Amino acid sequence: MSIFIDKETRLLIQGITGRDGSFHAKQMMEYGTKVVGGVTPGKGGLKFETTVPIFNTVAQAVKETGANATVIYVPPPFAADAMMEAADAGIPFIVCITEGVPVLDMTRVYPFVKEKGARLLGPNCPGLISPGQSKVGIIPGSICASGPYGLVSRSGTLTYEVVYQMTRAGMGQTTCVGIGGDPINGTNFIDCLAAFEADNETKAVVMIGEIGGTDEQEAAKFVKEKMSKPVVGFIAGQTAPPGRRMGHAGAIISGSAGTAAEKMQAFEENGIGVAKRPIDVVSLLKKSIKS
Amino acid sequence: MNIHEYQAKDIFRKFGIPIPPGEVARTPEEAEAIARKFGGTVVVKAQVHAGGRGKAGGVKLAKTPEEVKSTAAQILKLRIKDIPVEKVLVTPAADIASEAYVGIIVDRVSKKAVFMVSPAGGIDIEEVAEKTPEKIVRHPVDPRYGLQSYEAMNLAFFLYKDVKQARAAAKILQQLYAAFMASGASLAEINPLVTTPEGEVVALDAKMVIDDNELDRLPDIEALRDESAEAPSEVLARKANLTFIKLDGNVGCVVNGAGLAMATMDLVKYYGGDPANFLDIGGSSNPEKVVNALRIITSDPNVKAILFNIFGGITRTDDVANGIVTAINENPLKVPLVIRLTGTNDEIAVKILKENGLAAMTDMDEAVQKAVSLATGGKAT
Repeated sequence: MSIFIDKETRLLIQGITGRDGSFHAKQMMEYGTKVVGGVTPGKGGLKFETTVPIFNTVAQAVKETGANATVIYVPPPFAADAMMEAADAGIPFIVCITEGVPVLDMTRVYPFVKEKGARLLGPNCPGLISPGQSKVGIIPGSICASGPYGLVSRSGTLTYEVVYQMTRAGMGQTTCVGIGGDPINGTNFIDCLAAFEADNETKAVVMIGEIGGTDEQEAAKFVKEKMSKPVVGFIAGQTAPPGRRMGHAGAIISGSAGTAAEKMQAFEENGIGVAKRPIDVVSLLKKSIKS
Repeated sequence: MNIHEYQAKDIFRKFGIPIPPGEVARTPEEAEAIARKFGGTVVVKAQVHAGGRGKAGGVKLAKTPEEVKSTAAQILKLRIKDIPVEKVLVTPAADIASEAYVGIIVDRVSKKAVFMVSPAGGIDIEEVAEKTPEKIVRHPVDPRYGLQSYEAMNLAFFLYKDVKQARAAAKILQQLYAAFMASGASLAEINPLVTTPEGEVVALDAKMVIDDNELDRLPDIEALRDESAEAPSEVLARKANLTFIKLDGNVGCVVNGAGLAMATMDLVKYYGGDPANFLDIGGSSNPEKVVNALRIITSDPNVKAILFNIFGGITRTDDVANGIVTAINENPLKVPLVIRLTGTNDEIAVKILKENGLAAMTDMDEAVQKAVSLATGGKAT
């Protein structure tokens, strides 16, 4: 089992002919993801890599292919529109990889997508992968292996680092989800933790957070109150100076809310094992399974 | 992106918010001339991208043009939170009957633009939130409809009992919302919003922070950027499309991805070292980016060792390797270099580095320990 995507996921790629879109379309197809179509306005009727049909609009693509998920690689000024188009076309699962989406755009996109009943992952996220089944986004398939551990993270490359350490230690994953580092995103830690709790094959979960906001603290409370499975965590930005933006727009420490120390304390108080280094996730996970 | 008070005031004025006149001076003489023009007592206010200007001595009253000259001279010599004051705003002093706070931020919890208003203005709003939270009202705005008049009045009546003043404040709140949305802001603040003894409602200060992601589509706002108010290394990095923040340590870090960059800094500290910077070369990195990154890092004399930590996903590690080789050939390094590469095309990357007499490691912890030990002359544990 897995969360959000599996072997049956029928994926659409918005921006399939762009530089990033085409590169990752090939990677996803090689991994075994069922890519059923692409969308690039003006290129409808053509084929991507001789097999994948391209459409002018998402609505058309859904009608022809029965897609039930989409991944967005369009440039930032058009990303908000792409997410809304996908939700309006009835796609239930939307992943937006695009980095640099204006946050005021997201204040419009979020309620729109919610009203259409879709789940949005991202923007500014690496997507997700259910090893051996399907990958949607940009997480390198080669560093993952299937197994009983779930992973949810706000970061991109730090996720790869932790997954790589887990796979090297023989600890495979049900699904690895990158929720993205923007201040307003579609799916949060709690959404993923609840899905992992409900997934039969997931035995324990790794949660990777960073400075800024209070999502990790909320998630820690959720773990204590609603989860039976063990959770271990890591927080990046322990040495970040206050008030400075560390790449991700969401990672601003304002006042006392959002420091790494607070988050690590919230983890500890709610029974979440805290890794001091990324590598420590591995030993903590092993311990959590035994106890 | 931060903009100055005088720039934010210009924007607010365009949207109709009542703000007393003011002009910017770069020298004490200019300040004196402006004061003469206005006549009477003026306020001289440092224009820097830092909070706490008042406490740092950057905001002062001056009664005569001569006094304005000496006050401006003092303020223009200040460094506030380590940023030199290059400009002052000279504005007529207002008589104040009451001070309130109004502001808008994008709130990650409600996922909306949220108004915060408080009758306790003129002081740090975070202090109000901490000590007297009952004096702040928050109000999320539905982006589809904007701030409706009745909503603005509800907020305004929290500030003023007098209906005339409440109406004036409500209008200002709607104008502030319009300015906020049109400027792609992540924060807009008036602190204080004052009433004068005559009963007028006037904005005496203005603050705005712009979402960097908006700047491409808002060239008029981008044009407000003041590079003299930013650290030179950060200006260079922005132009090279890198995210860079200077810190005080001696281990220079080049990393791809913000989360991994923060985790690398944390690990440097864990092994007894101190990071010299945060530097994220981003996703699809070309060799040119790496060349620029090394140029910025080597310009910091504190740096005693340089650490590359690259996990290739979108980033091709061979691009990074090529960038390192190009940079070193152009400008040989004076400090030791530790390279950790894993992921996309790492075999090619290692080969490129080997051919140029460089070694690469694969383990993050080992690489960080080595860099720390080189930076501290082998003293760290």
